Amino acid sequence: MAVGEDVDTIVAVATPPGIGGIAVVRLSGPEAFSVVSQVVQGRRGPLVRRRRGWEVHLGRAVDGQGQVIDEVIVTWMPAPFSYTREDVAEISCHGGMAAVQRVLSECLRRGARLAEPGEFTRRAFVNGRIDLAQAEAVLSVVEARSDAGLRMAVQQMDGALSRAVKAMRRDLLGVVSEIEATVDFPDEDIPVRPVEQVQAVVADARQQVEALLATAPAGRAFHEGVTTAIVGRPNAGKSSLLNALVQQERAIVTEVPGTTRDVVEEWANLDGVPVRLWDTAGIRRPADRLEQAGVERARAALQAADLLLLVVDGSQPLSQEDWQIRDMVAAHAAILVLNKADLGQVLTGEELQRFWGDKPRVRVSAKTGLGMDNLRRAVVEQSVGPAQGRLGAVVVINARHEHLLRRAAEALAAAEKTLADGMPMDLASGDLRLAVSALGEIVGESVGEELLDEIFGRFCIGK
Amino acid sequence: MRFSGGSASASEYDVIVVGLGHAGCEAALAAARLGRRTLGLTINMENIAHMPCNPSIGGPAKANLVREVDALGGEMGRNADATYVQIRMLNTQKGPAVRALRAQSDKRRYHARMKTVLENTPNLDIQQGIVTGLVLQGQRVCGVRMWTGEEIRGRAVVLTTGTYLRSLVHVGSTQVVSGPQAQITSGQLSEELKAMGLSLQRFKTGTPPRVAKDSLDFSKMAIQPGENVHTGFSFFSARRVPADRQLPCWLTYTNERVHELIAENFDRAPVYSGDIQGVGPRYCPSIEVKVHDFPDKPAHQLFVEPEGWESGEMYLAGLSTSLPADVQRRMVAMIRGLEHAFITRLGYAIEYDALDPLQLWPSLAVKGWEGLFAAGQINGTSGYEEAAAQGLLAGINAARYVQGLAPVILGRDRAYIGVLIDDLVTRGTREPYRMLTSRAEYRLLLRQDNADVRLWDVAREVGLLPPERLRMVEAKLEGERALRRALARGRLGNTPFVARWLAERGSAPVRDGMSLEELLRRPEIRIDEVLALAAAEQLMDQDWREPLRRGCRRWEPLAAQQVLENVEQEVKYAGYIARQQAAVERFRRLEDRRIPEGLDYAAIPGLSNEGREKLQRVRPVSVGQAARISGVSPADVSIVLLHLDRMSRARGRGEGTGEGEGRG
Repeated sequence: MAVGEDVDTIVAVATPPGIGGIAVVRLSGPEAFSVVSQVVQGRRGPLVRRRRGWEVHLGRAVDGQGQVIDEVIVTWMPAPFSYTREDVAEISCHGGMAAVQRVLSECLRRGARLAEPGEFTRRAFVNGRIDLAQAEAVLSVVEARSDAGLRMAVQQMDGALSRAVKAMRRDLLGVVSEIEATVDFPDEDIPVRPVEQVQAVVADARQQVEALLATAPAGRAFHEGVTTAIVGRPNAGKSSLLNALVQQERAIVTEVPGTTRDVVEEWANLDGVPVRLWDTAGIRRPADRLEQAGVERARAALQAADLLLLVVDGSQPLSQEDWQIRDMVAAHAAILVLNKADLGQVLTGEELQRFWGDKPRVRVSAKTGLGMDNLRRAVVEQSVGPAQGRLGAVVVINARHEHLLRRAAEALAAAEKTLADGMPMDLASGDLRLAVSALGEIVGESVGEELLDEIFGRFCIGK
Repeated sequence: MRFSGGSASASEYDVIVVGLGHAGCEAALAAARLGRRTLGLTINMENIAHMPCNPSIGGPAKANLVREVDALGGEMGRNADATYVQIRMLNTQKGPAVRALRAQSDKRRYHARMKTVLENTPNLDIQQGIVTGLVLQGQRVCGVRMWTGEEIRGRAVVLTTGTYLRSLVHVGSTQVVSGPQAQITSGQLSEELKAMGLSLQRFKTGTPPRVAKDSLDFSKMAIQPGENVHTGFSFFSARRVPADRQLPCWLTYTNERVHELIAENFDRAPVYSGDIQGVGPRYCPSIEVKVHDFPDKPAHQLFVEPEGWESGEMYLAGLSTSLPADVQRRMVAMIRGLEHAFITRLGYAIEYDALDPLQLWPSLAVKGWEGLFAAGQINGTSGYEEAAAQGLLAGINAARYVQGLAPVILGRDRAYIGVLIDDLVTRGTREPYRMLTSRAEYRLLLRQDNADVRLWDVAREVGLLPPERLRMVEAKLEGERALRRALARGRLGNTPFVARWLAERGSAPVRDGMSLEELLRRPEIRIDEVLALAAAEQLMDQDWREPLRRGCRRWEPLAAQQVLENVEQEVKYAGYIARQQAAVERFRRLEDRRIPEGLDYAAIPGLSNEGREKLQRVRPVSVGQAARISGVSPADVSIVLLHLDRMSRARGRGEGTGEGEGRG
């Protein structure tokens, strides 16, 4: 983050991933309180801060439609009495990972930005809360968490992004230098391209920036993990599938339908992509109240996940429950997993076509491991694109980059508007320079002298 | 006007200004007008406010500097208005930020008028003589030593030596130790500055040949007439010369034969033969450099400009050169319209010593030396306007230093002068520095039309503007507010008259009523039209000119015109202006975090080596300035911020505001 720009408000899940009882979403920055008071409602109306110090409130996190996500506890820690010395708010959720994930997305939707790894610590350091040695220790742990393969992929993608950004930046700088040259040297015979051409360059850059931004979710997959929920009717083999994917005994696997009552979370590393796997309770009519709660969490998980694995027992005909669950997941990115391949396949191609259409499906046996490689590949492809193009692909994987690209896109849109309104080009120049400098921050290049170099290098100027 | 009746050498001056070019004149006038006993020294009394290069003032960014100098009580604007032979408004098709006045000046009259002004200023003595050294007492400068061995005592000294420090003139392989236009140079002062531990750099600039007007064939050139411009450089001068009584400039072009001749003689050009070591300005390349760097360009523009009403010489703008005399003569004769041109003065390049401006505080005081200031070309700039702007500030700050007052420092968000000085003292310069609009981050706010109202508070604090003029600015501010209010309140109904009026101007009809302000936002509608319509329809409830009549009296029509111009820009570009203002607020946050003067960067852990070294060298006065130093990373800045925070916490309350003011 460059000094001098607005300090933004960051958010992240502060507790380690897993099935702990409580998970905490932490926000830090000037808008922390206002974001949280939009996401969480107090028991008697909006949350109000009463005192200047720490405060704890009970409330309910709600989504954009006013649907309650979870009952939560909010802790206010005003600056400088917080870990980062900024205004910090923490939302403690009880409802398991699915709820946490939804609370997090609500915070993002209300204007917080996803924190980069170690960013809370960096802020704590910058604001004098901890010293350099402490900060370095924390940051080294943060960095060690991602494995080597992931880091390499990240570096390669950074390289591709840099090249794309640099090319765009060069084009825009060319336009800016032309405008500036004619402004500062009005008597010189400087070739100026017509406004339509300038508009085309700007529009092209904006589209490219937006295309890059569209890759951000895939990029986020690399750094936050792809949340994949395993759904299906009881005893279809969801927990066995989870175990097979993480290759260790984790979830309780039993023959009694409805054993998995909570959402079980595990992490798996699939081709360098961190995948967060949620095993949900078997979706069916619940037998008791405890199971009822599990089923509801399963539905919530389904909403929050990036990808769904619909598990059916391939050795048996499709049940009515299978069809119902299929209808529930129809709008989501999902892979059909035909489990229990070791017991033989009773479903015909025609039936499968009717059930799943042309969407991806994989036959596996969680028990023997048959087809599991195909499943891993399919999960990765669905979340970050085909392996082939991936290493060379341009993907935005860093929250800071995403933020800067967003700023560039805004500036470019403003410049486009200025030009479309028929305003003089030099009025668009300021926004174009903002875009150039935002792009420059991604690749570590600053405007300033460079603009003059460009002007004097390209145009024969001066008397 | 002498303050002491006779020779002043026995007594002490408050401020001594060394050099009376464009920086020196402003410095001397400012100090004297602020009541300081001031001495201006020049090598040649006939060269006060001399223009050794192009005969023009203004242009983009430069005009803004002139307007700011005027707004703060400097002389350049009025001197330019009183002596121009042609005036134009440039960039009229572009945005309001970059519109700029430019005048062709009468060099002799410009000099003569300025000399008269100096001579008639109370508290100011001007004297001819060469300064060879400074009188030092410890780390304090307390006077100058003349070539005659005389010492003149002064409590503050402002160096405005222009290109005169160890200057060397080149024409082909001929080198002459000389100032511009065959003036005496002063080499000794240069050595003395070095001995004081100051670091100097070698710069180069150049000028084209002058030709006899009666030897030119103007019928082969395109005429560039002047314009009827309703404003001047000064907010307070009313002289306007109608276009038909101005002198024209003429446009011609070089051609491929000229370029071939130049290319054949590259080895004889001092810039390529290795004779010139100084760094020249990129925006002012000589014709040999243009031909060398842009070989594909078949022709270069050449403006033939008058040097004055009575002058028989014309200036060949675009043909700056230090090629040998024979090449210059052959080259000129190959140019259309100049076939029979008689060269009255050859073009030349000049090398000179300049201070590395990183050795200056933002007040233009020299670091490490009490009572020493520098302004103009010696600080690494080029251009009359850049010089005058610095001279004014150096003169003001030298006077304030003598009085024990805090220096006046303008932010990058307040004035081009602020951008100029901040660039110099923060980033330094490796080539002669010229002001450009693209150097200003907030140029929509730093327009030439609003300089006086924009800098009103500074002008009042400085105290250089005569009371009558300060009142005029105050009245203008009131008038602007009144006009803005009236425009916002006046509502346009959908009457047949209004409908016809709009249709005549190709403007969209009004639907549910519209304020006059909204109407003015339309690109096709001018403010005078809005006012005429408002008058016809009786839409304005308030007489916005009333404050002007009260506060400006005889200046009222002039002030009204200026108010209209400013308000028109502010309304038409309100959205853009608001966005820059928002950016300024963010900028100010770091700018307002002052750094105490003696901060020891060696004692701050965690700084990068380069960052530490640069911070130690520049010793920024604010965190904002620190962040602009090249080589200081955002992480370094964070660490400095953190350190300041700790310091202020250790001290208990307060942030130490004001401690970091640049030295006066």
